[in-house]
Amino acid sequence: MAEYSAFSLLANALKGNKDWKPAWRKPDPKASYDVIIIGGGGHGLATAYYLAKEHGITNVAVLEKGWLGSGNVGRNTTAVRSNYLLPANTRFYEHSMKLWEGLSHELNYNVMFSQRGCLNLAHTPAQFDDYARRGNAMRHLGVDAELMTPAQIKRLIPALDISDSARFPVIGGLMQRRAGTARHDAVAWGYARGADRRGVDIIENCEVTGFLRDGDRVTGVSTSRGDIRAKKVAVAVAGSTGRVMQLAGIETMPIESHVLQAFVTESLKPFIDTVVTFGMGHFYMSQSDKGGLVYGGDIDGYNSYAQRGNLPIVDEVMSEMLALFPGLARVRMLRSWGGVCDMSMDGSPIITTGPLPGMYLNCGWCYGGFKATPASGWTFAWTIAKDEPHDFNAPFTLDRFYRGLVIDDKGQGANPRLH
Amino acid sequence: MLITCPYCGPRDVIEFTYQGDGNRERPDPASQNFEAWNAYVYDRLNPAGDHNEIWQHSGGCRAHLRVVRNTLTHEILSVAFVRGDHAPATRRKAEDKA
Ligand SMILES: Cc1cc2nc3c(=O)[nH]c(=O)nc-3n(C[C@H](O)[C@H](O)[C@H](O)COP(=O)(O)OP(=O)(O)OC[C@H]3O[C@@H](n4cnc5c(N)ncnc54)[C@H](O)[C@@H]3O)c2cc1C
Ligand SMILES: [Zn+2]
Repeated sequence: MAEYSAFSLLANALKGNKDWKPAWRKPDPKASYDVIIIGGGGHGLATAYYLAKEHGITNVAVLEKGWLGSGNVGRNTTAVRSNYLLPANTRFYEHSMKLWEGLSHELNYNVMFSQRGCLNLAHTPAQFDDYARRGNAMRHLGVDAELMTPAQIKRLIPALDISDSARFPVIGGLMQRRAGTARHDAVAWGYARGADRRGVDIIENCEVTGFLRDGDRVTGVSTSRGDIRAKKVAVAVAGSTGRVMQLAGIETMPIESHVLQAFVTESLKPFIDTVVTFGMGHFYMSQSDKGGLVYGGDIDGYNSYAQRGNLPIVDEVMSEMLALFPGLARVRMLRSWGGVCDMSMDGSPIITTGPLPGMYLNCGWCYGGFKATPASGWTFAWTIAKDEPHDFNAPFTLDRFYRGLVIDDKGQGANPRLH
Repeated sequence: MLITCPYCGPRDVIEFTYQGDGNRERPDPASQNFEAWNAYVYDRLNPAGDHNEIWQHSGGCRAHLRVVRNTLTHEILSVAFVRGDHAPATRRKAEDKA
């Protein structure tokens, strides 16, 4: 029975909103579980939800060192899209898009998924050709994509400078209309509630500090709240992957942690109703439902676990914003923050069994894993339940790097700061 | 973030280009040891703490520098030329190039 309905909202409003149940319990850890998931971010919570719902595995704990949503799931800029070039990526992210399209209904939790579109701007003929190629690749796999002319773009985004005197003239763009944004915290809370109601223990303020081992096999974890045993231990800690794998004695990974910053302005009246990306640098922007412009750009570009950025990128992002929207020059920036991203060597994620027996690994999301949250959880749950990948995540193994099967959508090589 | 180039002095980080993990060792070009090549190309230490890394002073003397930097605090602990005591190319004698 749905907990949120027109009737329950009205009844609770009349009673002063005092009777809502907490969205998830605060259980103490049990001595053992069938599955432990390390990391209470969007991916860990979605994994727990689909393990319970799709596979009937409910003796599960999600261990989170802080509070739910304190990692990247609550720090990202909420863009959701499936406009990739390579088939492995397109199939995976399109599966995610289909899950997004039904997510609020499925979770009975309004994740405010808004298909306002995502437009990539082209500034050179070569770039426009490249977008045409990507759009064709997408349509080939049944994903929507359309090329837009400058005049169409101007009608969609009146504030954009498309004049010939613009620093980077706009000569066209690639639009995915089904793309858009979602309310990131609600995604974490909705999955958390859905998992909790199916029996999953969500344990906050519980940091994993080591792995219990029987020979090579992982048999549980040590935590700040004691040892907990498990038949299967799944790791979904995004930017902390390097650190957590070192606790398991794995010294090196095809991963580097880098910080990505994001920014929000003061609230404006409706200004832009799509997600727009700049093709001559790295800048993207959308408007939140509260009215703030939410935007970001490149990672800072050197290893960092600092969860805060440095000024040169702030400067660069602002100048790219003004190249596109000179009219925003006097709008005030309200906040900026950073999140630590697990940049992989080919820019694509890793969702796999191993690397140790009894262990399962979900990482390498770079700065684009929010859109993947539903499919990441769905495929990772499949992999944990069945000890083998689903077709959707079969290409995203850890050993692809050593077998010559990298999935390098940008063609940048093994250079995390460029992905 | 300021990096003190041993040749140019303290300069803003925007003058430098990050070249990545300084712990990796490039195998001999003739080597057919695939594991060593894979490790060189893909494997990273990625520590939370002091990190040995390579930066180029690309907007200055262009020397490659070995920098030890803390990845939690951004504090720079040491900076040295990658090639031991070699001075940057700009100071090399003309006949070296011949
Ligand atoms: C500024 C910014 C903007 C972004 N914008 C976008 C975007 O527009 N679109 C998009 O698709 N993606 C975006 N991303 C990327 C996206 O947010 C991430 O890829 C994705 O959220 C990562 O998965 P997650 O939600 O599970 O990670 P997280 O939310 O980071 O979850 C990992 C959790 O593990 C916990 N943890 C770590 N170590 C331990 C331990 N030892 N014990 C217990 N718990 C531990 C952490 O506290 C954390 O809560 C952005 C990221 C950033 C930083
Ligand atoms: Zn110098």
